[in-house]
Amino acid sequence: MIDIIMAIVFVLVAPVIGGLVAGIDRKVTAHMQGRVGPSVFQPFWDVGKLFEKENAVVNETQIFYAICYVLFMAFTGALFFSGGDLLLVIFALTLSQVFLVLGAFAANSPYSYVGAERELLQIMAYEPMVILTAVGMFVATRSFNVADIATTTIPVVLLIPGIFLGFLYTLTIKLRKSPFDISTSHHAHQEIVKGVTTEFSGPSLGLIEITHWYETVLLLGFLYLFFGWNPLLAVVAVIVLYLLEILIDNTNARMRWQFAVKSAWLVALVAGFINLAALYFLSGGVS
Amino acid sequence: MQFVQLLVFLILFPLIAAFFLLIARKDLEREWIVKLSALAIGIVSVYLLITTYDKGTLLISAIPAEPTGLVMFILEMLIAVYILYLGIKHKKWLVVGLILVQSVMMLYFELVYSHSVHVQANLFSDELSIIMALIIGIIGSLICVYSLGYMKFFHEHHPEMPDKRTWFFGTMFLFLSGMFGLVFSNNIIWVYFFWEITTLCSFLLIGYTKTEEATNNAFLALWMNLLGGIAFAGAIIWLAMFGNGIMGLDALTTSGKVIALIPAALIGFAGLTKAAQLPFSAWLVGAMVAPTPVSALLHSSTMVKAGVYIIVRFAPVFDSTVTGYMIAMVGALTFLLASGIAISQSNAKRVLAYSTIANLGLIVACAGIGTYEAIWAAILLIVFHAISKSLLFLATGTVEHRIKSREIDDMNGLIVRMPKIAAMMVIGIAGMFLLPFGMLISKWAAIRAFIDAPYGFVFVIMLAFGSALTLFFWAKWMGKIIAVTSDSKNIEGEVDRSEWAALVSLAGLTFVTTLVFPMLSTHLLEPFLMTNYGHIAQLSQDNIIIMILMLFLLMVMPLSILLPKHKHRHLAPYMGGRTTTADMRFSGSLGVQKKTVLSNYYLQDWFGEKKLKSWGIWLCSAVICIMILSAVFRVVM
Repeated sequence: MIDIIMAIVFVLVAPVIGGLVAGIDRKVTAHMQGRVGPSVFQPFWDVGKLFEKENAVVNETQIFYAICYVLFMAFTGALFFSGGDLLLVIFALTLSQVFLVLGAFAANSPYSYVGAERELLQIMAYEPMVILTAVGMFVATRSFNVADIATTTIPVVLLIPGIFLGFLYTLTIKLRKSPFDISTSHHAHQEIVKGVTTEFSGPSLGLIEITHWYETVLLLGFLYLFFGWNPLLAVVAVIVLYLLEILIDNTNARMRWQFAVKSAWLVALVAGFINLAALYFLSGGVS
Repeated sequence: MQFVQLLVFLILFPLIAAFFLLIARKDLEREWIVKLSALAIGIVSVYLLITTYDKGTLLISAIPAEPTGLVMFILEMLIAVYILYLGIKHKKWLVVGLILVQSVMMLYFELVYSHSVHVQANLFSDELSIIMALIIGIIGSLICVYSLGYMKFFHEHHPEMPDKRTWFFGTMFLFLSGMFGLVFSNNIIWVYFFWEITTLCSFLLIGYTKTEEATNNAFLALWMNLLGGIAFAGAIIWLAMFGNGIMGLDALTTSGKVIALIPAALIGFAGLTKAAQLPFSAWLVGAMVAPTPVSALLHSSTMVKAGVYIIVRFAPVFDSTVTGYMIAMVGALTFLLASGIAISQSNAKRVLAYSTIANLGLIVACAGIGTYEAIWAAILLIVFHAISKSLLFLATGTVEHRIKSREIDDMNGLIVRMPKIAAMMVIGIAGMFLLPFGMLISKWAAIRAFIDAPYGFVFVIMLAFGSALTLFFWAKWMGKIIAVTSDSKNIEGEVDRSEWAALVSLAGLTFVTTLVFPMLSTHLLEPFLMTNYGHIAQLSQDNIIIMILMLFLLMVMPLSILLPKHKHRHLAPYMGGRTTTADMRFSGSLGVQKKTVLSNYYLQDWFGEKKLKSWGIWLCSAVICIMILSAVFRVVM
């Protein structure tokens, strides 16, 4: 069942948590690089400043796409945290992502254009694994509802370890971490300037930052589901895994998109196939 | 009985319209005949839905088999002679050979067995027939109306081509008649007759322009479909020899595997050829040479849908047999490979063609698996695909006439140049791959169906990869259209009214069907599944509400254009610090003025047509062989 209160709580609280995660991310990253780093609240000051700036655009439609992006991301997250259908969540997430891509295409600028094409390549790279994750969770718990999966007594991650590893691999792409920050990057070094976000500035860019916060919380929610049978373990696992993503981000150089797509597909194919096949035959053929 | 008359009307009325179109010489006459007939066919198909509401399967024994069957046989032979003549004239010996084999088979059947065949009801109608009739009656007629404007423009701009519009429209309506006959026939010999009518019509329409390429592609379509026709004839003879003369679809699908599996496999093969599944995909891609409304008709409401319709009909026979899984495997492979090939295509019509082949693959995969959930997904796919794909073809046709190109890269900034048609195209594309539109709901249904099916995980993985590929080629096309170019002017001008009416109706249908889909499911699909499978599939109430919410959100958002606007400062796109003119020209390294040209990624190395197609042809041919052998094996053992 859909829990309206959780949906509202997500819409209000997720940006705060997401922003803090981004702040901690920067702090930890700075320490890894031997710097002190900014305050953990720095992302909030940054975004606040963006909203004070003039909204300069290449054309008006960009603002429309940025708003749709944040709106549908919040919608997706609300759907997830209110316990909705996992496949529906994934499709809604795709819709939201497509709006970002369209915003980049709309500017008709070379850098954001290449960024948009690469963003699509990234989506194409992780989409199979994400769908298989939902499928794996269904096979493990016999339910697509996030509410059921989160409160199950079945140790999901032990049943679908392959899918868990595969998801972890694509998570790096989804979080835009090195080595897979190919369409846009949080780091300064980027051969296509800022990729998809090149032509966004001021409040529009602020909206995109907030959308990333929503998305981060949503993705951490996905991770939680693997450990849902033990909430304490789940929270610890989510924290450890996010720190692992930061470590990967800081110890890897950016790869080419060809590698990103091929490797993500290979992982999805191997991990997904072996895991689903094993579950299918172990459960006696007819699942 | 009123209901019988409705069916007979739908089959015969387009035929009468076709006859009058053949003798109508003036443009104005033709326009009125097409518009009024289209309206009549549309209204009657909706009226049929209302009168048969909640009545389930209705068998009609009022139409006697004998004189009708004989007339059909004579017509079949006349068609065969005509094809034989064309084959010899154009030196297409393969076609000549195939039509001879087929005619001899049917002649043999007619002489030896036709008297031992007894079918209680020659016509019938159930929820699936009604759904198909609505697709043919509404979308098919809309395409005919659209053709009025398109063909006028076409002949004005191609004066070198003979204006044979009387033939063109006559064949279009004959096609509709054939399709209605196909979906309402219970007697399998009648199904076969209408099956051959659709093959003939598509052959004539593809070859319409009479260029060398068109003629070759028409013959390509012909021989592939004749191959299917031979399999179909084989199924009929098998049934006459070993099947106790059971020739009714209703009896056949419940007669058990020993009798029905081999004919079902043969007819399934025929369905695969007609639905342009690999290895037979080439004919549908080749059909692109025809005028665009023909493509729209072939891809959405007729021809290929006949192929998947017959496989869905026989799905109860395929249920949990190796034969069924092999058909599903052909479909799933086709879905995966055709989606990949679509990425590498830069021509809009070819992208649409491969996307059709892919989606038909998905329908075939669902039908081959044949559980009640899978059939639910298959029928949803048939409905939603018909709407979005016809909209996309017609919009592409209108755009093509204005920009004189079918290349997607030439559609850059279409939203500025032709805002209204671009909006139609965006709706069509969104309808194909985004939530909350029908196609995505159907894919979702397919995923759920596959998980619950035996060996379903194999199909789930193929579906997951295939839909990722789908997303890539649709989104990059959409991005091209909505790019706002600073230097373009609105060149939309006056769109022909008949074209415009068809486009708006189809765009409206995209939204409306998504909204009324729960009702469609409850009142048509669920009774059909209940009768044939004893189970029903549906989406939960929550999910339907969420999707309707999203639909409204999507419909409301574009209205934000109406809100009072802040004046935003406009900046030129970032060009790496170079000075750029307003139309995105910059001075290159040798002082030469260069224009910025942005082109999509086509990833030829990975998804090149040649490579993937040859893989697909070998793989799918092997799977089809296993399919036929497994049916024989199961029955003989």
